[in-house]
Amino acid sequence: MALDRWIALILLGICLAYGYTAWFMMDAGLAPFMRRAPIWPSSFPKVLSVLAIISCLIILLGFEKGEPKIGEIDYRRLGDYHIGQAMLLLALMVAYALLLRPFGFLGSTMGFLVIGSAILGERRWIIMIAVAAIATFIVWYLVQQVLGIYLRPLPGFLGG
Amino acid sequence: MLEGLLIGLQTALSIQNLLMVIAGCLIGTFIGMLPGLGPMSIIAIMIPVAISMGDPSAALILLAGVYYGAIFGGSTSSILLNAPGVAGTVASSFDGYPMARQGKAGKALTIAAISSFAGGTIGAILLMIFAPALSSVALLFHSSEYFALMVVGLSAIAAFAGTGQVAKAMLMTVLGLIMATVGEGALFNLPRFTMGIMDLQSGFGFITLAMAMFALPEALFLVLKKKEMSGDSGEISELRISGAEAKAIAPVIGRQSLQGFFIGVLPGAGATIASFLGYAVERNIATKEEQDEFGKGAIKGLAAPETANNAACTGSFVPLLTLGIPGSGTTAILLGALIALNVTPGPRLMIDEPQVFWAVIMSMFIGNLVLLVLNLPLIPYIAKVLSVPRNYLIPFILFFTLMGAYIGQNNATELLILVAFGVCATALKFADYPLAPLLIGFILGGMMEDNFARSMQLYDGVAFIWERPMTLGLLVLAVILVLLPSFRARRAKLRAQGVADGD
Repeated sequence: MALDRWIALILLGICLAYGYTAWFMMDAGLAPFMRRAPIWPSSFPKVLSVLAIISCLIILLGFEKGEPKIGEIDYRRLGDYHIGQAMLLLALMVAYALLLRPFGFLGSTMGFLVIGSAILGERRWIIMIAVAAIATFIVWYLVQQVLGIYLRPLPGFLGG
Repeated sequence: MLEGLLIGLQTALSIQNLLMVIAGCLIGTFIGMLPGLGPMSIIAIMIPVAISMGDPSAALILLAGVYYGAIFGGSTSSILLNAPGVAGTVASSFDGYPMARQGKAGKALTIAAISSFAGGTIGAILLMIFAPALSSVALLFHSSEYFALMVVGLSAIAAFAGTGQVAKAMLMTVLGLIMATVGEGALFNLPRFTMGIMDLQSGFGFITLAMAMFALPEALFLVLKKKEMSGDSGEISELRISGAEAKAIAPVIGRQSLQGFFIGVLPGAGATIASFLGYAVERNIATKEEQDEFGKGAIKGLAAPETANNAACTGSFVPLLTLGIPGSGTTAILLGALIALNVTPGPRLMIDEPQVFWAVIMSMFIGNLVLLVLNLPLIPYIAKVLSVPRNYLIPFILFFTLMGAYIGQNNATELLILVAFGVCATALKFADYPLAPLLIGFILGGMMEDNFARSMQLYDGVAFIWERPMTLGLLVLAVILVLLPSFRARRAKLRAQGVADGD
């Protein structure tokens, strides 16, 4: 089964759960005065769930035949691409999300930019650190001072 | 109209807004040139900046400048490197790249700049004529017609998706609508589908979703691809075009400005379709000798898509500014930005906030002029951007996506949602699911449900569908739009099997 049909299957599961909530669970907690209104909070989701399930089934059962097309990247041969680098970068983004508050903006951003280029194969450490430091400071200055959005610059224990 | 023009000029010619146009065009050109970053990603990245400026005219002017710049920048990289940064400029590489290979890169860029300028300017004039007319008609619309109109818009997007793609585009649209129902709606003060997670009470963040759908997958694709994005930028010489060449492309520019604009107005058919169609039409009506030139560096083949895509960009502002309904991913993002700035685009925009409406139109003229004046002498330097090493570029793109999602909400959970959706979007992109319909559905979802609910309340049920002829007509049109592609595919199949068809 091709990837698009697998995705349709997963989405079908999500839509079924959504539809179940809309059709059978949401209306239970509805206030009595709302029951008299012609439209309930669940009305629109009910229509959507039906439409979504129909389109999932059309894709899943292959009613609409299109010529199989290989896009920019052939996912069947993912190993041929830089999949490791991509995964590492995603992990780095998650780490950045988790460490942004505790480590402060300046430290975590510099770390992100340096490690990011290191993952991609860059080894000129001094240039990397210099570029990252300048860019981090400029972005922090623009966001904090010009746009006036607070970004904690330093780690918490340093009073940032 | 004259009064409006003067208001627009007054707003657009303030020092701040002029700087915005220039900054927007420059940023757009530079980033648009990078292969893999389209106008949607760039605008998504720029939104936090635009929103925090607080002034809707300035924000929209900046974003419109970025949009134009990105389309222009995209044509630069398709001409010089045969690596279109934007889908709308793919057709420009058909004849632009051969020209560059023949050492006529400078001439190709000049033709691109002039055609873009003409397309954008003529498009803006048409917008000035048609938008007020359309919005006075739109004032007759009730909520039920708005609902029906949005259904038509969304089905048109699905219908134009191409063979074998209609169901996918429809699923993505409905999924976007479903995602819009998460959180508390304005009509009912009830949290819906939050699964008890507090962070979902206010729904998914639109910027986060825009970044996750466009910027992140494109950046990941850049990482995955082996090909280095460097090429022969080389020397750029021979910028001038001769009088005979100007004469040859003038009618092409005239025709394609009109055609591109009207294609841009249609929902779902944006700059990409306009540019391909423009190329095809010009090729078909060219003389026999000229037809042989197409694909080998014909100036007409470059002028046609360049004019058409810029005119279509302008055209796509018509439904956004008059009906409040975006026809493309880019205008959907712009709509989200406008709503965040407390401006509701629609037929009342011209009456309630004329300075926003007219300032945008005036800034289109100024933006096109800036692109022409600024970029022609800068072309050799602009091309240098292409030599920024990928190892530095990609971490920065990722960082700006993260920042965009973070600044809007100041919430680190948003970053995790961004990464999760980004991975899902990349998988969808692998399987050839279109992502723009999802975002358009998401942005229209709230409005659609509000209008649906309002008409349900006014007519005490679904009676509005048959009691209002215009609503019924629009909804029938929507059904036809969705069914037509599969009907045609079926007929083509039957014909291929040798079965006679009914007509």
